[in-house]
Amino acid sequence: MTVLAVHGLSASYRKNKVLHDVTFNVEPGSLTSIVGPNGAGKSTLLKVMLELHPKLSGTVSFFGSTHSKMKKRIGYVPQRGSVDWDFPTNALDVVMMGLYGQVGWLKWPNRSHKEKALASLEQMGMADFAERQISQLSGGQQQRVFLARALVQDADLYFMDEPLAGVDAATERAIMTTLKELKEKGKTVMVVHHDLQTVEDYFDHVLLLNRTVVAHGKTQDVFTKDNVYRAYGGTLRWMREA
Amino acid sequence: MSMLFSANAQWVLLSTLILGMASGMIGCLAYWKRQSLMSDALSHAALPGVVIGFALIGSKNLPVMIAGAAVSALLGALLIQWIRTSSRIKEDTAMGMILSVFFGLGIMLLTIVNRTAGGNQSGLDSFIFGQAASMVRKDVTIMLFLAAVVILVVCIAFKEWKLFLFDPEFARGLGLNNRLMNSVYLAVLVLVIVIGIQAVGVILMAALLIIPSVSARYWTHSFKWMVILSAIFGGGAGMTGTLISTMGVGWPTGPFIVVASSALFVISIVFGSEKGLLIKALQLRAQKRQHVYAVMERSSAERGGGMG
Repeated sequence: MTVLAVHGLSASYRKNKVLHDVTFNVEPGSLTSIVGPNGAGKSTLLKVMLELHPKLSGTVSFFGSTHSKMKKRIGYVPQRGSVDWDFPTNALDVVMMGLYGQVGWLKWPNRSHKEKALASLEQMGMADFAERQISQLSGGQQQRVFLARALVQDADLYFMDEPLAGVDAATERAIMTTLKELKEKGKTVMVVHHDLQTVEDYFDHVLLLNRTVVAHGKTQDVFTKDNVYRAYGGTLRWMREA
Repeated sequence: MSMLFSANAQWVLLSTLILGMASGMIGCLAYWKRQSLMSDALSHAALPGVVIGFALIGSKNLPVMIAGAAVSALLGALLIQWIRTSSRIKEDTAMGMILSVFFGLGIMLLTIVNRTAGGNQSGLDSFIFGQAASMVRKDVTIMLFLAAVVILVVCIAFKEWKLFLFDPEFARGLGLNNRLMNSVYLAVLVLVIVIGIQAVGVILMAALLIIPSVSARYWTHSFKWMVILSAIFGGGAGMTGTLISTMGVGWPTGPFIVVASSALFVISIVFGSEKGLLIKALQLRAQKRQHVYAVMERSSAERGGGMG
């Protein structure tokens, strides 16, 4: 069974058409990187699939059903820059937000929820920062808090928007370890990724995107020089010689 | 001062206290929605509705005028949104336009109504700068009830507000209905404005929404405490301003409330425990001193090493 099936998806941003006829299927337990040049529509693709941005046409199905029915099985890690880190709250509180769906609307979280959130912070190596103001965390630490928040959701399918952008080496290792653990548990993860050099090491699948799907499949099969050049056009500066 | 001891005065005091608390809390929501100016635009936009409400009934009837104010403010909000989404005009410009156009229209209507029989004694003018003392027991009861509703809405959905304000996209992913949250937000914002305009006036109502929340920001790093402190500051300013305005005959309430809340702001920006100017200066001085000592120690150690 496919976890995610996208068919003929198109979307625009203001006047510009950003996505055109995007079609692909994702198998369970895969760790896929979405790779493409700036403006290729990587973030938009995530947002359209998650119904955060309207689509012009096409269908998206999760576990053979709709997004609204499968919401609880889907986790999302937005770009770190999408929120105001000056907001007065601490790391634990942000992670708790991931549990709000389980707590239920208009209800208060209890001790077991708090313990779950703390365990998740610990998993990301952030146990000592639980009470720390989010504005006082480094970029990498903020990203780990976002990951911890997604982990407590205990979803089956995760979408992450550039979780490795601008983070320190320790955070990158912590995040990649977590992603591999998720995969081992049979979860499916799709990551918008910007670093071509690490694609082969980190991900077993790759989706090369430039407004439409240039190539999609197992990394060893589709992450070829030709395909990457096709996705990036003339903008590619560097690519490892095969 | 003798009016302090009358039962009516006590009710009026209580109502400005609760109003201040409600607007302090809603002000925190507006602050993190980056819409502090929106509250100013909407309170100005309420004026034509107040006057039309009066003109329709022909006498001062608070529920009708509140309803008129609410319709007028909501219309202003819709127009701002419409201008923003359907033209190249940015939101701040749209708010500036709506604010001045609606307020101008309100003053125009007010002038016309004031000329008609009975209009000039209506006390309609008090809606501009606020006249808490002009409220009767029935007005106070309505105000108290509506303010309590506003406070309740913030309290029971506290965790939802926090999520919605911090990360609306993630909230949406969890299944929170952002459109509903936006509508409720606009509803409580308009509600607190319309119940406040009789006591504080359309011009200065926004101050009661904006100033307590920014003052509270200087004392805490927790959203919960920011809301609580903002409520205390708003309530305190509301009560203090009303008390002072009762000292003179015909003194407007709004300006005194604003002065009281501004005083709290000045205290907060100077003495605030988080990012207050004094704390910042002291921290900087301590760091400088530490730095100087460290440099002195290092250089003396180097000198010592060189001589040995």
